Amino acid sequence: MATATAAKPATMAQALNRALRDAMAEDPTVHLMGEDVGTLGGVFRITDGLAKEFGEDRCTDTPLAEAGILGTAVGMAMYGLRPVVEMQFDAFAYPAFEQLFSHVAKMRNRTRGAMPLPITIRVPYGGGIGGVEHHSDSSEAYYMATPGLHVVTPATVEDAYGLMRASIASDDPVIFMEPKRLYWSKADWNPEAPTAVGPIGSAAVRRQGASATLITYGPSVPVCLEAAEAAREEGWDLEVVDLRSLVPFDEDTVAASVRRTGRAVVVHESTGFGGPGGEIAARITERCFHHLEAPVLRVAGFDIPYPPPMLEKHHLPGVDRILDAVARLQWEN
Amino acid sequence: MTVQELPGAGADYRPTPPPAWRPRIDAAPLLPDAEPHRVLGTPAADRLDPDLMRRLYAELVRGRRYNAQATALTRQGRLAVYPSTVGQEACEIAAAAVLEEQDWLFPSYRDTLAAVARGLDPVQALTLLRGDWHTGYDPRECRIAPLSTPLATQLPHAVGLAHAARLKGDDVVALAMIGDGGTSEGDFHEALNFAAVWQAPVVFLVQNNGFAISVPLAKQTAAPSLAHKAVGYGMPGRLVDGNDVAAMHEVLSEAVAKARAGGGPTLIEAVTYRMEAHTNADDATRYRTDAEVEAWRAHDPILLLERELTQRGHLDDEGIQAARDAADAMASDLRDAMNAEPVLDPMDLFTHVYAEQTGQLREQAALLRAELEAEEQ
Repeated sequence: MATATAAKPATMAQALNRALRDAMAEDPTVHLMGEDVGTLGGVFRITDGLAKEFGEDRCTDTPLAEAGILGTAVGMAMYGLRPVVEMQFDAFAYPAFEQLFSHVAKMRNRTRGAMPLPITIRVPYGGGIGGVEHHSDSSEAYYMATPGLHVVTPATVEDAYGLMRASIASDDPVIFMEPKRLYWSKADWNPEAPTAVGPIGSAAVRRQGASATLITYGPSVPVCLEAAEAAREEGWDLEVVDLRSLVPFDEDTVAASVRRTGRAVVVHESTGFGGPGGEIAARITERCFHHLEAPVLRVAGFDIPYPPPMLEKHHLPGVDRILDAVARLQWEN
Repeated sequence: MTVQELPGAGADYRPTPPPAWRPRIDAAPLLPDAEPHRVLGTPAADRLDPDLMRRLYAELVRGRRYNAQATALTRQGRLAVYPSTVGQEACEIAAAAVLEEQDWLFPSYRDTLAAVARGLDPVQALTLLRGDWHTGYDPRECRIAPLSTPLATQLPHAVGLAHAARLKGDDVVALAMIGDGGTSEGDFHEALNFAAVWQAPVVFLVQNNGFAISVPLAKQTAAPSLAHKAVGYGMPGRLVDGNDVAAMHEVLSEAVAKARAGGGPTLIEAVTYRMEAHTNADDATRYRTDAEVEAWRAHDPILLLERELTQRGHLDDEGIQAARDAADAMASDLRDAMNAEPVLDPMDLFTHVYAEQTGQLREQAALLRAELEAEEQ
């Protein structure tokens, strides 16, 4: 294949940068805004070079105020632009919650479809990078609990590009959760022939297996794949489903997998109590009850404020904790 | 004057080590009004355009009647709630009057009168207050943003819209309305800051009506005036008699013209008074005296203009009657329209949450549909 020969190692950060650049080149209404996104190219360099290429009116360093960033983006979208805003870190997005919950999520509905807000909100999230406090939250459950928002998160280089393009193209607001610790993960990827992801809302089976299904997303996908490899030694053949999109939730792909394997573990960094795993487990139970050999288990972050970098390794779901959960799936039945 | 035109500030402003401290900005040019600007009852009234003033007079009378009718509709259960602007009609009417067709109005929940004065059907303007789930109008069609209930949150929207229009090279000014209490919100600060940094064509109109529900201004701010807040952002702050419709029209027109010409944003504090309670659900006697309210009656916006125009011979009894008749006709139409039972389809609750319904919403819509069908049988 011609495209395969051009593929070379690329990072998720490069794929995100390329997606933003391609979207800006194709559509003059796409505007980037946020703290340090211009001259610096973002603290993670995701917007590197874009202010230079498209000008500061298209890639704008804003004042340091998240509610103001999102609030002005709402006004820009009202006028027909397609803003992509960066919330510098997960926990720094909280000042923007009123704009997000009271306006961004509701504007289409309260104007009976007359004024949708096609805003993409980029949120670098999650731990594992040695960040000090307020730099490692998994905040996806807040967004999932708010009707009117889409919530997506890539786990691969290819999906980083495809999901970003799909998010910017969406006429609805999308929370684009970027797993910080995968920014520098690499894969062979051809930036000249990038693959688009279809409409937001489809999960991907990353590894096929017959014994049990690991349901996960974002930063926990590589961990689950590693766990699945390790599980072979125990005689378990694990399937790994990467949700990619938390809202809409691809219930069909998840249910089809669990019906086949009969066992399921949901894995994420976010807290367990009130976290996404509870909703996912409930839906699996509702749809697959008669196919289940064991209760649906969760491996999640502890229900504690995100721990300091010196202790975070005890908090993050790791291979051993996942395998322990798999071992508890009532194999003796 | 913008901050860029002042010495010591501007795009190249950076901290400098001593002894070469950068000069500080003199705030005085940004605060031209020693006291609220007035026109009616002053020599400046000689310059007034009689036709414009007669038009504004008719609008004020209509506005007062609209307020009365809307409050009456709450008593009849036809409106869930109505925040009155009796006493503040000059602010509402002038705000609508100074905008061009292509401009945008960003009202707070109290500003349905401004929306009506801009040309919106009163029934549409009152849709949310009636208890329905949607704004009742297409904001892009009339260039009136949805009424904003969360305080000050519509201000950044106005800034973003004005900024976007300017980037596109369009001639659009955004006028954002807020009350005195809202100036304490973080979004007020962020909106003014973004507007000044971007030199966005925005006008911020603060109606200082004395109270945030029950809390008086003294408990809201220690600033010498709300107009003073502009200085911190590097934009002019104007102080106006909010019951003097001629002064309001003049100051708002200047600010809109300045924004249109690329001169950046202006903050305007209109000093006025909320003659009625916060809403029909509020009891104002718990936090203010009748004597205070009575003192403001002598400074009623309709009275001030009517006196000026009749004394100058620009308005006679016939003109006054014509304005009242037109207002009565509007009120009668509004009453009739609001007395008709609204038809709401519960299934619409699911229609516009997303461009395309999610699987969950389809399931839930089916559940509600089944319940509705069971009710019918």
